Amino acid sequence: MGARLAGALAVAALVALPPLLPKYHLEVLISVVFWAYLGIAWNLLGGYAGQFSFGHAAFFGIGAYTSTLLLLQGGLTPWVGMLLGGAVAGAFGLFEGYLSFRYGLKGPYFSLVTLAFAEMLRVVTVNTKAVGSSLGLVVPSAKAAPAMFMFSNKLPYYYIILVMGALALALTWKIGRSRLGFSLAAVRENEDAAEAAGVDALGMKLRAMALSSFLTALGGTFYAQYFAYIDPTITFGPAVSIGALLPVIVGGAGTVLGPVLGSFVLTPLSELTRSALRGRAGADIMLYGAILVFVISFLPQGLAGFVRDRRARVGQR
Amino acid sequence: MTGGLLLQAVVSGLLLGGVYGLVASGLSLIFGVLRIINFAHGAVMMLAMYATYWLFALGRVDPYLSVLITAPLFFGLGVAIQKIDIEPNRAAVEHNQLLLTLGLALFFENLALVLWQGDFRTVKVAYSGASFVIGEALVEVSRLVASGGAVLMALGLFVFLRTTDVGKALRAVAEEPEGAALVGINVARIRAATFGLGSACVAVAGALITPFFYVAPDVGESFNIMAFVVVVLGGMGNFVGALAGGFIVGLAESLGAAFLPGSLKQLVVFVIFVLVLLFRPQGLFGGSRGR
Repeated sequence: MGARLAGALAVAALVALPPLLPKYHLEVLISVVFWAYLGIAWNLLGGYAGQFSFGHAAFFGIGAYTSTLLLLQGGLTPWVGMLLGGAVAGAFGLFEGYLSFRYGLKGPYFSLVTLAFAEMLRVVTVNTKAVGSSLGLVVPSAKAAPAMFMFSNKLPYYYIILVMGALALALTWKIGRSRLGFSLAAVRENEDAAEAAGVDALGMKLRAMALSSFLTALGGTFYAQYFAYIDPTITFGPAVSIGALLPVIVGGAGTVLGPVLGSFVLTPLSELTRSALRGRAGADIMLYGAILVFVISFLPQGLAGFVRDRRARVGQR
Repeated sequence: MTGGLLLQAVVSGLLLGGVYGLVASGLSLIFGVLRIINFAHGAVMMLAMYATYWLFALGRVDPYLSVLITAPLFFGLGVAIQKIDIEPNRAAVEHNQLLLTLGLALFFENLALVLWQGDFRTVKVAYSGASFVIGEALVEVSRLVASGGAVLMALGLFVFLRTTDVGKALRAVAEEPEGAALVGINVARIRAATFGLGSACVAVAGALITPFFYVAPDVGESFNIMAFVVVVLGGMGNFVGALAGGFIVGLAESLGAAFLPGSLKQLVVFVIFVLVLLFRPQGLFGGSRGR
């Protein structure tokens, strides 16, 4: 009961408090929810299916570039462009996944392939004038136009990413309780045994891949509209790929709330270090590196796993 | 396309290839024995380049001579990483070990950024610009020394692995860790020595290229990815394959640079990488199987 009450209070606070927050704190909160959202998307493939992608930036970038190019060249509203970007990214994810899983790539080999695909897209984007090459693309944001995914202040962006996060979370929760979720867990724990028991491992992994890449691409469009600028390094670079997996590992891979927990710990921490050590670029990422090593050494199941184990132990008494 | 340009591309590729080969040899060694894809390999190289730079800037130590200091120093760093960071987590699942080295890479790279900012630093020695001409191709002396030195170092390591007791023990652990433990080999100690040797390799490679390559916090990143490509190409854990793979990737990159516009040369390398991973994960020359 205590946990349920705490959860309800947290949700109420997330919905009701932000209009009262000063601008800087609202920005930090948007950042927290944004990285939690990307973590939730990564978790579907990395946590539930156990396939560690090091290249989710590929899908993020596809989403950001698709909706932005459609907006700049065809005047299409990013609300629609977002879904188209998601579809393109989902198709690319299926292509990447089919190639890798079809040829039996697992573990670190899968990680390397995803990393290579993201880097290839980055190199191609840098060298293509039609998509702005290394200069990137500027999203027009002079006047507010809700129908075009443009707002004059930060608050609407907050509620958009909050709804996206809540929907993705509900989807994860549902999948965890579905046939797909159980099949994915079986494939993750022992693929050969799962196949022997009649689970279509390839099909299950591809489903996780498609969902995860689709959701990640929506995050890319959100980023483009919120910051009004994208370039190849920001969108296709390793920072996004690492940023998507880090909250999940810290919070607890394969758990519904893990990515949220992880982002609520990591993102404010990084903002604090950045503002405390102004002018010392890199201090926040250095801290991330140290936290990653610490968590894997001492909390290999992440924060969610730690809490669960504690509870189980208390329950036994 | 003139013959001269082609010759120049081939020469540059071969000169770069030796260095890639040595960086990859270290990575391959670590993979062969520890079964870990070491994401921190490039970061260790970067630290070694800074060590070379500071030895030169503060102590006027020649970059080539500084190898005598950096190689043992980074052997020690490698041993420490293995003992403190990786060995205690051996029981953890495979991807957690991957993330451990990723965490280390993030830490080292940004430590360098915090300490020395992002400026490009260079080591200017008397022989930095020296060069001679073969046919129509220009050969920089410092690049020739780096490539030659890297190949010598890799061959030295190869002889070490074949002839010494430690080398044989190391190969035994790579082949069959439990069997090695049963015949009385201290497996944990060999693993630490392996990480040390791999780090010393990449430190020497770093020192050898500082006379003609800039030093910056992210300099190791591109070498790291290149080393992954080389190691996969040569066969994970296959030492000679790593050296050969180094030359193949060096050539592919410089030919790509000569024939393709912009920075598309990197695309050639990544395409080779993905193709080999998908269709021949055991590498061109065989090695540990990737599946």
